[in-house]
Amino acid sequence: MATFIVRRLLQSVLVMVVVALVGFALFAYVGDPINNMVGQDTSFEDRERLREDLGLNDPAPVQFLRFVGNAVQGDFGLSYRHGRPVADLLVERAPATLELSFAAGVFALLVGVPMGIHTALWRQSWLAKAFLTISLIGISLPTFLIGILLILVFAVWLGWMPSFGRGEVVQIGWWSTGFLTASGLKAMVLPAITLGLFQMTLIMRLVRAEMLEVLRTDYIKFARARGLSARAVNFGHALKNTLVPVITITGLQLGSVIAFAIITETVFQWPGMGLLFMQAIEFVDIPVMAAYLVLVAALFVMINLVVDILYVIVDPRLRIGGGAVGGGGGR
Amino acid sequence: MTESLLSVRDLIVEFPTRRGALRVVDGVSLDIVPGEVLGVVGESGAGKSQTGAAIIGLLEPPGRIVDGTVHLEGERLDTLSGDQWRRVRGRRIGAVFQDPLTSLNPLYTVGRQLTETIRTHLDMTEKQARARALELLGEVGIPAAADRLDAWPHQFSGGMRQRVVIALALCANPRLIIADEPTTALDVSIQAQITALLKRLCREHGTAVMLITHDMGVIAETADRVAVMYAGRLVETGPVDDLVNRPRHPYTEGLMGCIPTMHARPVRLDQIEGAMPAPRAVPPGCAFHPRCPLAVERCTSERPPLVARPPLATACWVRSPDGDAA
Ligand SMILES: Nc1ncnc2c1ncn2[C@@H]1O[C@H](COP(=O)(O)OP(=O)(O)O)[C@@H](O)[C@H]1O
Ligand SMILES: [Mg+2]
Repeated sequence: MATFIVRRLLQSVLVMVVVALVGFALFAYVGDPINNMVGQDTSFEDRERLREDLGLNDPAPVQFLRFVGNAVQGDFGLSYRHGRPVADLLVERAPATLELSFAAGVFALLVGVPMGIHTALWRQSWLAKAFLTISLIGISLPTFLIGILLILVFAVWLGWMPSFGRGEVVQIGWWSTGFLTASGLKAMVLPAITLGLFQMTLIMRLVRAEMLEVLRTDYIKFARARGLSARAVNFGHALKNTLVPVITITGLQLGSVIAFAIITETVFQWPGMGLLFMQAIEFVDIPVMAAYLVLVAALFVMINLVVDILYVIVDPRLRIGGGAVGGGGGR
Repeated sequence: MTESLLSVRDLIVEFPTRRGALRVVDGVSLDIVPGEVLGVVGESGAGKSQTGAAIIGLLEPPGRIVDGTVHLEGERLDTLSGDQWRRVRGRRIGAVFQDPLTSLNPLYTVGRQLTETIRTHLDMTEKQARARALELLGEVGIPAAADRLDAWPHQFSGGMRQRVVIALALCANPRLIIADEPTTALDVSIQAQITALLKRLCREHGTAVMLITHDMGVIAETADRVAVMYAGRLVETGPVDDLVNRPRHPYTEGLMGCIPTMHARPVRLDQIEGAMPAPRAVPPGCAFHPRCPLAVERCTSERPPLVARPPLATACWVRSPDGDAA
């Protein structure tokens, strides 16, 4: 177990180094940072001095190490556009994105898992067929279109939901939450559905496929032959085995939910990191772009790590240190 | 004759397909009396497993019983609803399947699977169920059972797992166990151990066994009576001694040639031309006639009934021609 975690940690570090290289390359080679900082009338000498002061004339590896060193401490420099530390901007925006992603993930799981179970257990029911049709739509419609359609129906036509923003938020320390006010919760509904719909259909299809697979296994047949109730067989034995791979995939999807929040945040003008990134692109605000990239990658890597460890905890076969015992031989 | 424990009459199992129904069990009738071991033999694909599955109501959809009846202690089984089956499966009929490596749920400990089964059938507390589980594990010959109770299935070897599976089948002391090739997936060296264990336990508990296998050697050692299946049909049944030593059906004769240590017979099955037909390609008349060295005109057109001429009952126009019905 310990060696497993250490090995996975090393892999994670490797991935982060590669991502940091990309982030650094953005910094160093896209546009000229000096041009971005100084005015038109700055003299050539002043520019060169600034370049020297900022260490931009150092060899690339030295600059890279400095970039990594700063990034590890959460220092991504100043935003060209806002003139404030990028880290501060991200910290400000992070709660909005994380809360939205969390809500989307919960929606996807709470709706997707039961739908998947239903379509696997009662394959012929009309509800199962309806679910499958809906999921087909969910998978084929692009996110922005779903968002716009939801806005059109529920915000414009019916007027039930706000069409943009986070509603009222409550500040708890540095964290701003929309979960504590009615308007905050209401504002979260449409974006969360938009962001979670794709994952929901994915989870539903995954649960369905896995469950059908598990229901065909010998141990399910044997569980039935032992006379266990349909409930014990379906929800005890089958579901638990179904959820092992589902946990992995869902966990991995959480990273992409955060990454895909860019589109949803843009459609709903949701003041999160994704929107910040979109605006940064418009202004070629490299520090913000690089920081966002590194941050999202770090999230991905961290989530993968946690999921792998969870996986080991759920599945006893993967736990190291349980060799075969007892005589009698095997096959 | 003693009152039948299990009585199967003219069982027909079909799998509907787009190209018509596949008849995988075709008019099988069997009886098992309390405490006896009935061996069911036949080549792979003969319909042995489907017969067993039909008896415990676990045919894989869309497979279904289209005709015939199954009675256990006088109660009709083939018409039971899903809920009613639960009083039968595990409680009155236990099952042991071929592959012990896949028969246990990998995510639950052996003890948990045992207590769960015990508590489904017997009114016991968790503590009592654990005690019974321990007792069962000891009975099936798991060493240091107390330590193994909380072990995971993957920590057991194949032979040990099959012992656990047998313990699971015995949880509620069923009257009948259907054992479908219980040793086929195991090392040759431990096949005999497991067969002997099954036989000993069932004798001790007075449990009858329907032992499905394609191995005549296992049958000769274990069974009291034998039923031989070919292409979904029963071709011959009778007491093991008579059937092994004085078979009438040419197919049984061929099967006997496959036991190396028993009486050396000139006809070996693999020397008979051809292979058993698939359910879709069963010829008219006797299903065995294209491979039969004795086939006559009548065998190609009329299906021979199972005719009882004690001690055997045989379905063959040449060897058992008299009588019109079984
Ligand atoms: N799910 C299924 N669908 C269609 N045919 C099947 C299915 N399962 C088994 N069969 C067919 O039923 C026949 C009998 O199978 P089976 O009872 O498993 O044979 P045995 O146990 O004697 O080897 C075989 O020809 C097999 O191909
Ligand atoms: Mg079989």
